[in-house]
Amino acid sequence: MKNTLSITLVALLLWSTSILAATPKDTLVQAWLFDDIITMDPQEMFEISTFEIHANVYDTLVIFDLDDTAKIVGVIAQSWEVGDDGKTYTFKIRDGIKFHSGNVLTAHDVEFSFRRMLQMDASPAFLLTDLGPSVDNMEDTVKAVDDNTFVLTVGDAFAPSFVLNVLTAANFSIVDKNEVLAHEKDGDMGNEWLKTNSAGSGPFILKSWKPNESISVVRFDDYWRGTPPLNRIVWRHIGESTTQRLLLEKGDVDIARNLPADQLDPLKENPELAITSTPQGTNYYLGLNVRNEYFAKEKVRQALKYLVDYDAMTQTFLRDTFVVNQTFLPYGFLGSVEDTPFGFDPAKAKALLTEAGYPDGISVTMDTRNTWPVMDMAQAIQATFKEGGVNLEILPADGKTTLTKYRARKHDIYIGRWGVDYFDPNSNAVFAANSDNSDEAKSKPLAWRNSWQDETLTGLAKGLVMEKDAAKRAAGYNDMIRQHWKRAPFVMMFQQVEAAAYNKNLQNFRLGPSADTNFYHTVSKQ
Amino acid sequence: MTGSPQPVLQQNNGGISIPPFLSALTRLIFTLALTFIGLLFVTFIIGRVVPIDPLLSIVGDRAPTDVVERVREELGLNLPLWRQFLIYAANVLQGDFGVSTLTANPVIVDIKRFFPATFELATVGIIIGILFGVPLGVIAATKQNRWPDQVVRIVSLAGYSAPVFWLGLIGLLLFYAKLDWVAGPGRLDVFYDDIVPVVTGVIIIDSVISGDWDVFRNAVSHLILPASLLGYFSLAYIARMTRGFMLEQLSQEYITTARVKGLSETRVVWRHAFGNVLIPLITVIALSYASLLEGSVLTETVFAWPGLGRYITNALFAADMNAVLGGTIVVGAVFVGLNLLSDMLYRLVDPRARRVS
Repeated sequence: MKNTLSITLVALLLWSTSILAATPKDTLVQAWLFDDIITMDPQEMFEISTFEIHANVYDTLVIFDLDDTAKIVGVIAQSWEVGDDGKTYTFKIRDGIKFHSGNVLTAHDVEFSFRRMLQMDASPAFLLTDLGPSVDNMEDTVKAVDDNTFVLTVGDAFAPSFVLNVLTAANFSIVDKNEVLAHEKDGDMGNEWLKTNSAGSGPFILKSWKPNESISVVRFDDYWRGTPPLNRIVWRHIGESTTQRLLLEKGDVDIARNLPADQLDPLKENPELAITSTPQGTNYYLGLNVRNEYFAKEKVRQALKYLVDYDAMTQTFLRDTFVVNQTFLPYGFLGSVEDTPFGFDPAKAKALLTEAGYPDGISVTMDTRNTWPVMDMAQAIQATFKEGGVNLEILPADGKTTLTKYRARKHDIYIGRWGVDYFDPNSNAVFAANSDNSDEAKSKPLAWRNSWQDETLTGLAKGLVMEKDAAKRAAGYNDMIRQHWKRAPFVMMFQQVEAAAYNKNLQNFRLGPSADTNFYHTVSKQ
Repeated sequence: MTGSPQPVLQQNNGGISIPPFLSALTRLIFTLALTFIGLLFVTFIIGRVVPIDPLLSIVGDRAPTDVVERVREELGLNLPLWRQFLIYAANVLQGDFGVSTLTANPVIVDIKRFFPATFELATVGIIIGILFGVPLGVIAATKQNRWPDQVVRIVSLAGYSAPVFWLGLIGLLLFYAKLDWVAGPGRLDVFYDDIVPVVTGVIIIDSVISGDWDVFRNAVSHLILPASLLGYFSLAYIARMTRGFMLEQLSQEYITTARVKGLSETRVVWRHAFGNVLIPLITVIALSYASLLEGSVLTETVFAWPGLGRYITNALFAADMNAVLGGTIVVGAVFVGLNLLSDMLYRLVDPRARRVS
């Protein structure tokens, strides 16, 4: 049915459309999905779409180089040094940065923003508390020494690359202390106001956020890196990919952000459009709950790794938007490995299952979010599992339903998507490290969700956070990946590649490797 | 629904001295209160037993356990269900519907924004449905089993059975992408956004109030396609029902009598038969209108229309109960309101209903 529909649509499209330049020259309009956004407060938000808005409305101390993600460059921080004890990070704040309100940005704003994150104790607070600072010790650990000097004291002699990588997250956006406090209500540190407003120093000012409808930002003329060419950016929430494509072809939007491969293909022929793509820090995987009697056996877990036809999927319905990645680290990360040791091999899988004591195969269920592309992946996996004697029942449900079940460890298999919290390999150690496997654990990483505890890998992950030598650190993660392949209850499958189709009259548009690196301050229209 | 086609005969309760309209009013208020409490209760229970942790959409998937538990306590989600319901009901009575976790806005603010969008779409849709559906149904009945009837049958069956999102996409391809007759998805072009001050939230009315005809034209251009689609959908239903009602009337003896007396066919059909069809037809139309006002999730998705249907659906999937309950009350009020309205219309069109009341 769906195919017939697509064919009809494509046939109609073949009448060919001509592009009308309908959007004004100083306005960029994008078709996008952002129904995940629940707040615009940087110290509260943790949803992927919000990161993109914040990258253009706020500035952070540091950011990683888009062309070499292992390299850190300063933004608000002019320079920084790490003390001999390996715990004191002293940042020199750049002169002459102004907030949208006209206030000058100083180290006190940095202090306020960092402390605000701790005091609000919302979802992103762990980014900072994992480094050592807390509400109890922040008077000493998060401190502005003078207007131009900010000192952060971390709890241990971590690898500096790790600490700085964490600080690149958009949650460390520097907010305008005076402006935010002016809107404080009942001691909420301006939270209610910042949920729908902005108080940043970035190239654009948040003008409006209408949930599931549109987000609009306007140019900040006094931006410290120069006035951006665009006067206004509008993100329109367009839920249907065909609609996104139509809008782009008609020129009513300049960029369409959520097009699957079959919608991108015909656009490649259009001389007025271009397509750009960048691998993201997002992995798709199968989580096998080792509470299940089958998955408690290592051989069964290994068997399933040979029962996914990785290449067939990336060559067909996942083409252009996914690549095979069988490790828990996105490509380009420190310590990432490009080998793909597992191929589709039903004979080998059957042999492994027989060795495990299941010559007649097994029957299991998989909790599956009922959206693209997870549902399509699940169906392909169901077919290939069958060839290896694994009978898979797909349990489709809404995303939040499957996630609730997964977090309660009540699944057999969960087909999941995981994006990095920050650009450091430690962010994805959640696939390997689990220091407390009890139901009441304080921290519940992905390994915990699959009831899996591996002492060796947990120890390795802890040690590598402290490793100062980058080469040794990389080698350590290589080693973790190889051990992970042998034992882990995770079938790591794909890494997402974000593709966007855009009008060629756009200049300097590119997608960064993460949502908080999609910058628009240099983008212009001809 | 209580949209019974026959007017309800009211018994006068003998010697008790309450004036009839007062007792009717009391009964009405009592029924309304009961309806809403029942609606709230059922929705509340459904919302709390769905296997979704409402904290997920408040603190997100990555929040540490202690944050999750702290917020759960702050929101009272760890209390027994009956206490949660009492607290919620007490707040609602004070006019406080709570804050939606999905949009971070008070539910009232959200509904004020989403309902007018749906209202605009549904109203234009039902007008189209009535204007075309009723005549088509009458024609189909008078030409029963001849070609006009077959055409109407095909048109209405197609409208009723084709998936609405597919029709929507085809409509967009044809009228927006190819022919350029209408504007694309959304309520307004980006540069017309936020120009007209919000009075009713219904853009075609607001733009008339402020006299901004450019915005009006743009809004109509955006509205016409999705509204026609919904119109087509209700047309199909209205035409089928009208045909059925008409056939029933046309086979009655008084019609034969009228014809025998030499009345013109137009008068027989439109005055005598159609006059008697009006009451059940009003019920059908009111119900169609009410279902359009609930919001059509698929149409709203294809046309990027920020309406109530998508709002409630998204809220339900996120276990955002304040939003779901608020939306449900609105939908409930719509149904009740339309029922009252059709009751009043009965009296207008049917002398018998006038007499008993």
